[in-house]
Amino acid sequence: MLWSDFEKLGSFLDPLSEFERMNQAISRLSAPVTVEFPAVNVWVSGDHAVVTTEIPGLDPASVDISVVDKTLTLRGARRPEDLKEGEAYHRRERWSGQFTKTVELPFAVESGRVEARLLKGILKVSLPRAETDKPRKIAINTA
Amino acid sequence: MADAKKDIEKKEASNPGQVERTRQRRVYTPDVDIVEKKDEMIVIADMPGVDEKSVDVTVEKNVLTIYGKVDAGIPENHKLLLSEYGMGDFQRSFTLSDEVDKEKIQATVNNGVLRITLPKAELAKTKKIQVKAEGIGGMMNLNN
Repeated sequence: MLWSDFEKLGSFLDPLSEFERMNQAISRLSAPVTVEFPAVNVWVSGDHAVVTTEIPGLDPASVDISVVDKTLTLRGARRPEDLKEGEAYHRRERWSGQFTKTVELPFAVESGRVEARLLKGILKVSLPRAETDKPRKIAINTA
Repeated sequence: MADAKKDIEKKEASNPGQVERTRQRRVYTPDVDIVEKKDEMIVIADMPGVDEKSVDVTVEKNVLTIYGKVDAGIPENHKLLLSEYGMGDFQRSFTLSDEVDKEKIQATVNNGVLRITLPKAELAKTKKIQVKAEGIGGMMNLNN
């Protein structure tokens, strides 16, 4: 806590809100610091991985997905609103521009069987593990 | 991307007035653009995972509230290996001025983007007021 925080004396009257504030400060510290846009979640089950990301406002044609070995690359762009003369932003928080995101997967992927769906602004890429990458059972020969 | 350095972390919504929610889950503040046009205001909110059935737009006592229920959509039997963003609902409220015609508010959702059109009331539409230059007579009066 900073000494300057003592200026906010009002918040000390409510210990619960003070606790909440500290709690938020701590959870901010533990969150990943450098996440490249767009943030992704990677789900894994055995020989299958699912990558999800939130890219609202993009149509499927403007998203480019490529897989090479273990690396998934997502590319896309979103244009800002077209404003005519006399129109102005009161708030402008939404992102616009181009992005490239690479995600390292835990195994090599069968690129021919990758499926992607973009639904309600959430992209979901389904990635099966490559046959050649799967561990092979080695039979032991008895002499 | 131009604003790659920008904070892309989702912001959890604060709970105004310590009112608790009935559903126990995370709620995030959607990123919003607000554009003022000649005859209307447009509110555009990024709410991925929300469609027309799961979004609520309400206006009560000059407060516009948007709430989007998001189905987490966790892939079955999968474990989360890397988590860069959290999943939860979206909520945000704005105070409207009297110049919005509340009866004519319209909202659409497309690809997880909510777009609300708030038409301006007839009275509030910008009227151009002609500024006239005062004649020399006015200037003379000052000297008196």
